[in-house]
Amino acid sequence: MKSKGVKIAILSGKGGTGKTLVSVNLSSVARKSVYIDCDVEEPNGHLFFKPEAVREEDITVKIPVINESQCNGCRKCVDFCKFNALAFIKNKPYVFEEVCHSCGGCRLLCPEKAIGEKEKSIGKVQKGVSGNVIVHTGIMNTGEASGIPIIKSLLNESLSDKDLPVFVDCPPGSACIVMESIKDADYCILVAEPTVFGVHNLSMVYDLVRLFKKPYGVVLNKCLDGENPAEKFCMENNIPILGRITFDNELGTLNSDAKIAARESERFRVIFSSLLETLMKEVLHETIVNPQR
Amino acid sequence: MKQLLILSGKGGTGKTTIASAFIRLSDVKAYADCDVDAPNLHLIMAQHTEPERTDYIGMSKAEIDADRCIECGLCKENCRFDAISCKNGYKVDPFACEGCGVCEAVCPADAVSMKPAVAGELMLYADDKKVFSTAQLKMGSGTSGKLVTEVKKQMKTAANPDTKLAIIDGSPGIGCPVIASLSGVNMVLIVAEPSISGISDMERIIKTAETFRTKIGVCINKHDTNPANTEKIGEFCKEKGLPFTGRIPFDPEAVKAINNGQTIVDVDCPSGSAVKEVFNSTMKLLFKESDGAET
Repeated sequence: MKSKGVKIAILSGKGGTGKTLVSVNLSSVARKSVYIDCDVEEPNGHLFFKPEAVREEDITVKIPVINESQCNGCRKCVDFCKFNALAFIKNKPYVFEEVCHSCGGCRLLCPEKAIGEKEKSIGKVQKGVSGNVIVHTGIMNTGEASGIPIIKSLLNESLSDKDLPVFVDCPPGSACIVMESIKDADYCILVAEPTVFGVHNLSMVYDLVRLFKKPYGVVLNKCLDGENPAEKFCMENNIPILGRITFDNELGTLNSDAKIAARESERFRVIFSSLLETLMKEVLHETIVNPQR
Repeated sequence: MKQLLILSGKGGTGKTTIASAFIRLSDVKAYADCDVDAPNLHLIMAQHTEPERTDYIGMSKAEIDADRCIECGLCKENCRFDAISCKNGYKVDPFACEGCGVCEAVCPADAVSMKPAVAGELMLYADDKKVFSTAQLKMGSGTSGKLVTEVKKQMKTAANPDTKLAIIDGSPGIGCPVIASLSGVNMVLIVAEPSISGISDMERIIKTAETFRTKIGVCINKHDTNPANTEKIGEFCKEKGLPFTGRIPFDPEAVKAINNGQTIVDVDCPSGSAVKEVFNSTMKLLFKESDGAET
């Protein structure tokens, strides 16, 4: 099968468990790969890759514009809007751009054709190169509520690199924005840390990947001596463990300085190469068992 | 009631660890967890009690009645969320549907209806002394901002009207749940982490919080893991004129305490002693006069 163009999503539920660490390093040890940062609210992958030859594109959504001279004040648009993005002020509809979901309903329903649309920028996507990795980053403007249109654009764009393995660095949580990020994934890596918080949030994304019928495996990060509640959870639920990354001061320092450990040190290159190998075997196995993927 | 909100931008910097320590230190009468995507505060603050649970009804979702559908395709054509597919008849993908109602409005055969959908659950832990409001968003649901607003409303309604202080644990990121949690609070404490990622995320959350003109304080967690970056954060705060409320060291004892269901001030450990100072300067800042009226 297509181990070449396989799409791997990296998620965790809890923030700060090491999604970006795992995504960035796996992308780096692959011969050639694509990295996509879908954490558009707080993108960090580009800080590690420092990509070159960056091309940038503005991402816009459609926002209604009221043509006041044509508006007869019938209020149909205000009554229709389920998001309360339109209010009737001084006998005219007023648009609250931040809460508008760009559904286009008001424009469609206006009997006077008094509503047009304008493009409003909500952020941007960047594409650049860092050594063997093609780096896609989405950056939402501060103050915006939803980065979903940016994620859609990121994932569409990456289709152009069909033959390369793709690593999708997801936002934390398990809400709509994570769902959008894993929708097209062939395999999901759940990154977990050994705390009760980590386990609780792992159990949530575990439910999410099963709901979406995605094959999955866990990477245990920041492993310390002694009992690991995340490992225990995996054992109890028969979740495949792809690898364990031991808590390590050198790794922590490299990572906090936004350096890619696998590019800086042979020791970490070996660790992540072996993780990638296990992962690809697992992916191949899963796709043979589930040929529809 | 003065409301203190704890945010970080980046996930995993220690919001909940610090929030739970603050709750213990202040013996606060009202608190909430607004990280409805991945709530954790209840794992420390409410292990032995059962909450009162209420369904949270989010946006309605469209449903197509196959018997009435004339397969004209207008719904699919006008849906901006790619939520309608037409393999073996027209169907709505409930995860993609945002509940805008356009399909219902354009359907000439009256085949589409909007059905209310449970999008999460609100939980209230309350006794005669304390109220703790939290919630869990249903897997893959949207509109987490609205649920955050409900969590805060539930806390305020249940709390004694004389309550002086409320502590609110926030969510990572800068999007809708964070924006919803920011509205109406008196102060935001940012828990920063001394990493390049942490600094970048801190700058973005500060920019977001500034648009609300809320008082902002900054503290650093795990400061000794990267002294150079800790210094950078200090300089950044100085430059921006943001009050700095202290630093907490990396502490393996903290992980142990949390895993035992304790806050870091329940045990004798370095992070626990440090968080007390952070707490004191944060409270001073929050209750400082001349900062406008209470809300």
